[in-house]
Amino acid sequence: MSFATRRNLVLGTFAVAFLAAFGWIVATQGPLAPVKVTLDAAREARLERSLFGIATVEARRSHNIGPTFAGRVARVVVDQGDVVKAGQLLAEMEPVDLDARIAASAAAAASAAQRVQSAEAALAEAESRAKLAQHSAERYADLRKKNFVSQEAADAKAHEAAAAQAARAAAAAALAAARDDARRAQAELAGAGKNRENLRLVSPVDGIVVARLAEPGSTIVAGQAVVQVIDPSSLWLRVRIDQGRSQGLAVGLPAEIVLRSRPDERFAGRVERLDWNGDSITEERIANVVFDLRPDGLAIGELAEVTLRLPAIEQALAIPLAALQRRGAQSGVWQVVEGRARFAPVTAGAISANGFVEIREGLAAGDAVIVHSAKALSDGTRVKPVESLR
Amino acid sequence: MINLAARDVLHGWGKFLFTGIGLGLLIGVTLTMAGVFRGMVDDGKVLIDNSGADLWVVQQGTLGPYAEPSSLRDDVWRGIAGIDGVAETGNAAYLTIQMAHHGKDTRVMIVGIEVDRPNRPGAPPYLTAGRPILQGHYEAIADERAGLKLGERVKIRRHDYTVVGLTRRMVSSSGDPMIFVPLKDAQEIQFLKDNDALVNERARTAANPAFNRPGVPGLLEAAQAAATQARNVNAVLVRVKPGADPAAVANEIQRWKRLTAYTRAQMEDILIAKLIATSAKQIGMFLVILAIVTAAIVAFIIYTMTLAKVREIAVLKLIGAKNRIIAGMILQQALALGVIGFIVGRIAAGLWGPAFPKYVLLLPQDAMTGFAIILTICALASSVAIRTALRIDPAEAIGG
Repeated sequence: MSFATRRNLVLGTFAVAFLAAFGWIVATQGPLAPVKVTLDAAREARLERSLFGIATVEARRSHNIGPTFAGRVARVVVDQGDVVKAGQLLAEMEPVDLDARIAASAAAAASAAQRVQSAEAALAEAESRAKLAQHSAERYADLRKKNFVSQEAADAKAHEAAAAQAARAAAAAALAAARDDARRAQAELAGAGKNRENLRLVSPVDGIVVARLAEPGSTIVAGQAVVQVIDPSSLWLRVRIDQGRSQGLAVGLPAEIVLRSRPDERFAGRVERLDWNGDSITEERIANVVFDLRPDGLAIGELAEVTLRLPAIEQALAIPLAALQRRGAQSGVWQVVEGRARFAPVTAGAISANGFVEIREGLAAGDAVIVHSAKALSDGTRVKPVESLR
Repeated sequence: MINLAARDVLHGWGKFLFTGIGLGLLIGVTLTMAGVFRGMVDDGKVLIDNSGADLWVVQQGTLGPYAEPSSLRDDVWRGIAGIDGVAETGNAAYLTIQMAHHGKDTRVMIVGIEVDRPNRPGAPPYLTAGRPILQGHYEAIADERAGLKLGERVKIRRHDYTVVGLTRRMVSSSGDPMIFVPLKDAQEIQFLKDNDALVNERARTAANPAFNRPGVPGLLEAAQAAATQARNVNAVLVRVKPGADPAAVANEIQRWKRLTAYTRAQMEDILIAKLIATSAKQIGMFLVILAIVTAAIVAFIIYTMTLAKVREIAVLKLIGAKNRIIAGMILQQALALGVIGFIVGRIAAGLWGPAFPKYVLLLPQDAMTGFAIILTICALASSVAIRTALRIDPAEAIGG
């Protein structure tokens, strides 16, 4: 091979390589290059739908236990985490003068009881007098008939008898009044006792103390909680679901729960209650989900992710959701016609949990649609289908 | 007839080729610089195009949401949606953060979009992999430049997000890749503070006697709950009905809703004329200088190449070659050098362009302009050289 030929060969190779590289760059970059896209076919599929929401663990029944009137806390006998029984003493309020008032009431009741006794004695005496006066009057009346005594003396005895009778009635009335008085004093005493009882804060349920909100010596107002007790078996989740995606939310839907503390475990549950009051500010609906089997170690306020399973659509024509695009107000898909993109309007339906969307109108089974594209498409863009864009 | 220029080039082809390549690399740098400039402007444009909005409604008197901070209550869309001509509204939150990922910090723009329906305003208009966001929380679509993979879990502030889709060319005006997340999460990322700040804030509120009064149970709790609410967005993106005039709708919103609304043209002006103006001018200035320098170097090389051939030209003259032939030879060589330089430059720019951290947009019209300028410079430079060549004394072939 001569020098000139080899030189020409080298130069020719250089030139060809140059032009090839230039051609490749022009063809693959810039606006002359076709847009790479991936395709998929519309097909009949089973669409599993789900709703997703963020939840916090809450107690269905939480009892805030406090006094019914203002006062000072005398003692708190339970602490957070204590298991309590229904009726168990949790805390006690300072009675202040209540004990003294009870003592006064007791004394008043005792004195009323004694007044009853005294009235009874007075009545007995009055009865005895009345009896004596009656006998005396009858005897004088008899003697008067036989004219042994004057009419005046007989009348005086009759009057004495009537007066004694009246005195007996008065004594009986005094006794009744004394008895009423005694009952009133008793009732007052019992009322003071009830008030005293009311200062003892007891648990209404079997449960767990979750908060000790006041310490001995603190003054609290009526209705303010001293101790919070919950029933741990009533722990459930308060799930917030975006209104825009809440269609189909219903009581009884099965739920899959992931607690923030245990991101790899999935707990089963179901929707127990649906709040009629949605949150109009955050545009969310609220549902309560219970665990099928409540895990141990739940903390109130813990964050959870809840996926609710809606009934699946058994068969529907579906395409990947990424293929669903819009132009103006029209939803549609991009299709490839003779190497160019063309927009085809469709009517979309339900969206499945794994990213497929039901097509109600506009496509037939087997129709290919553009799923991913390397650029935004417009009608007539040259496209090149590839397996994957990465 | 043999081509004198080609024969001459073949005579010293190695030198000629490497000169061409050297020139080419210089031209490549200039083309790339033009690409950087175009890329910068394009970053601003794609931001507008990708949001899919006709109007941007922002806090009154601000240039938000991209150029200035803007904060709106997230329920103002209800009022806007009722205005005649509005087809659809979408809340959007934007926040640029530094995201730690695989031990590396990446600067990303978090974009909060509404996800209750597909293709809401603000959502990425196309994906390169995966699917749109379906869950109302903790899913993300990332721009490929963010370096995230499909199915990956990434921690942003308080929560882990699953990357469900990837997209391309979704960048902020400063070229940071975007990560799209559901609006409520973006609000939390933007407005909810970290735990330490929350605890401190609670302690501060508790120490404030106005919020922690004896005898008013529940006041402190209420004040603390109110402090952690995140009910703001940065902008409301509005799509107008077909046929409606965006400027008229914008006017209506400004007048009755006491907010500021920008049309697409105004937003483009804000992003390109205001936000990136200085840095674009900086790059533009550099581009101009680089172009002048490149032109000068091309001219000098052609000129010195001719001067190096004084003896050969003298011989040509001696054997009676016409001036036209000599001039043609020099011109052809200069143009050939220009063409080689341009091709090498375009290839070089095409090869190293994608490796740049920010977008480099090589427009064909820029390349064509560059090509024309290079050929003109080559022709001009060679004309100077031709004049020198024609003045060469044929005697030099024999003498000195």
